[in-house]
Amino acid sequence: MFAWRDRLTVGQKLAIWAWGFLAVPVVFYCVIRFYPTFESFAISLTDWDVLSDPNLIWFENYVRLWNDPVFWQVLGNTFMYLLLGTPISLLIAFVVAYYLDQVRFMHGFMRALYFLPFLTTAVAMAWVWRWFYQPVPIGTFNNILATLGFAQQPFLRSTTQALPAILAPAIWAGLGFQIVIFLAGLRAIPSSYYEAARIDGAGKWQILTEITIPLLRPTVVFLVVISSIGFLRIFDQVFNMTPQGDGGPLNSTKPIVLYIYETGFDAFNMGYATAQTVILFLILLIITLIQLRLLRGR
Amino acid sequence: MKRYVAALLGSAVMMGMAVPAMAQDPIEIEYWQYFFQGRVDAIDALIEQFEAENPGIVVNHTHFPYADYRTRIAAAVPAGEGPDVIQMFYGWVPGYLEAGLLQPLPEEYFPLQELEDEYFDIVQAMVYDGQLYAVPTAVRSLALFWNKRMFEEAGLDPETPPATLQEMVDYAVALTERDGGGNLTAVGLTMAMTGQDHHWWREVLVRQFGGQPYSDDGRTVTYNDEAGAAALQYYIDMIQDHGVSDIGFMDEPQAAFRAGRGGMHIDGSFRLGALRDTRGLDWGVGELPANADGDRYNFSSYWVNGITTTPQGEEFDAAARFLQFITTPDSMQLWLETVGELPAREAAALTDENTAHPEFGPFVRGLEYANATQFVNESAQRQLMVDMVDRVLLQGMSVEDSLAVAAEQEQALLDEFYGG
Repeated sequence: MFAWRDRLTVGQKLAIWAWGFLAVPVVFYCVIRFYPTFESFAISLTDWDVLSDPNLIWFENYVRLWNDPVFWQVLGNTFMYLLLGTPISLLIAFVVAYYLDQVRFMHGFMRALYFLPFLTTAVAMAWVWRWFYQPVPIGTFNNILATLGFAQQPFLRSTTQALPAILAPAIWAGLGFQIVIFLAGLRAIPSSYYEAARIDGAGKWQILTEITIPLLRPTVVFLVVISSIGFLRIFDQVFNMTPQGDGGPLNSTKPIVLYIYETGFDAFNMGYATAQTVILFLILLIITLIQLRLLRGR
Repeated sequence: MKRYVAALLGSAVMMGMAVPAMAQDPIEIEYWQYFFQGRVDAIDALIEQFEAENPGIVVNHTHFPYADYRTRIAAAVPAGEGPDVIQMFYGWVPGYLEAGLLQPLPEEYFPLQELEDEYFDIVQAMVYDGQLYAVPTAVRSLALFWNKRMFEEAGLDPETPPATLQEMVDYAVALTERDGGGNLTAVGLTMAMTGQDHHWWREVLVRQFGGQPYSDDGRTVTYNDEAGAAALQYYIDMIQDHGVSDIGFMDEPQAAFRAGRGGMHIDGSFRLGALRDTRGLDWGVGELPANADGDRYNFSSYWVNGITTTPQGEEFDAAARFLQFITTPDSMQLWLETVGELPAREAAALTDENTAHPEFGPFVRGLEYANATQFVNESAQRQLMVDMVDRVLLQGMSVEDSLAVAAEQEQALLDEFYGG
């Protein structure tokens, strides 16, 4: 009765046990991640509106996307968030981490201060910033400007200022995480390199550009990928900082994720919304692959 | 101890299915609405009365946060899992009908003649192909709130709101306050299409300037004409010409009014509760101003109750009886007092007591000359109005051009919905 069991070696038994346990997360991952991903490809070819049965309309949703000016605008906005957000946040994070690394006095406290925004919920923070940007009499920034005798700035009520205004708290929120990762990267560089460089008479700038930055490459790769994905998926800040979460004024701050949300859960146009998610998925995939290739190379 | 008893009761309820019925199983029906404290209280009170009068019927009341509500209905009803009676925004009914989620209401409980005779005209929109699919308990309309203290400080009579659109401009100018740098510190009229203004513009201003926002069947946008442009110009002038307001002042209109920094404010009766609770704010409420010829219009919207395709046989009958019960004049009066929404039956709404009521009165009187917009996607259609104003204010587009863009985009939305 137990013959087949006895015939197994210890190694085989261990493997069975290991796979038995591993199967749980694998199955879970397939059901929760892969299956919906593939199904969304299928939904994007239909006109499903939640209420009635979907009809197959092939690539009509994609043709509509191509001809939808709002889609191109939100795509442009999304890349603005990415192209402004990633370099600015990485630069600030690196500068802060670089100097923080050299500070001994109250180092832990300072690091905690920088990390704090990362722990705060995006919604609460977005609302606080939304009020910061208000016109006189309630907006902090405009009250300061008015007190100093400058003209008020429209901030969130301007088609040009609104996107950077929304980006600022998003950058600030992610800074803590990036600083901590940079600090870990800086600490991981063996001090013998620095000592050798100093003996050879290298200056501060030389050490920074010839040793620190090249050796931080893996850290930078990781942060660029993570923060790019983050900025491409920006939603909370925009949704909470624009009236009715509309990504306004005039769609000037609307990122693709918000457009997907509106199409799917306001207009209940699931087929069209899913087509947009497929595009977002492809963009994320391509950008991640390019970044890994570029930054990891050599 | 209490918890123990509750647990016992709970398990007794759950076992109820299995235990052979003593006399006759009660018929259970499921009622769904979104969460708003007043609405929940009102329905709970009505269910209690209904169950006392109909011993064989049990009504289960379920509510969800507003944000989830539509999605839940959409997911549950087609699966046959959902509610028997649902409350829905009147603008959703066409979509639900198209998807086959609703059953017509039985003539024996809801005679069409009675609907025609007793309800406000706007409710006629719930009749499709000669059959009634939903009835409202309550309707909403708009009115003008004003800040009495600001009126007094501006030298205006604190008991009299502006009677005409021109007076509204004059009063707003008097009420507006600016600091030394010319920045607004109090607005004469709170304004934003994100609030109730898009209703005011569509159904009130456009008509007051001689136009009509949509064709009678609601399928064609008709505001892209001189009247529509004049109505939009009036709205824009408030901000650009008279400088009595700005979009986004104090973040949103009702916040500015509640903070005592808005002289006048247009809103629905559902705002009454919040304003009553605002300490230190001395406010009054009156009918929306008329145009130069004395024409008045108002916007009305409502939530309706309908029966889904889920209940059949005696459950359908029970659902119909419950629906009939929550739309009696008495139930409507209870709804008015608990929720602050107006009775949908003319006779119940236009009682002397209601029309003379200092708070409900202006809303009730407004119902007599109100129109309802046949929305196909209210938030998208509101957004078109928001953008229409922003194109003029932020991008310097002309009123006529911006109006034309809005009309074209809204027509596309309507066409997509009606499939033509």
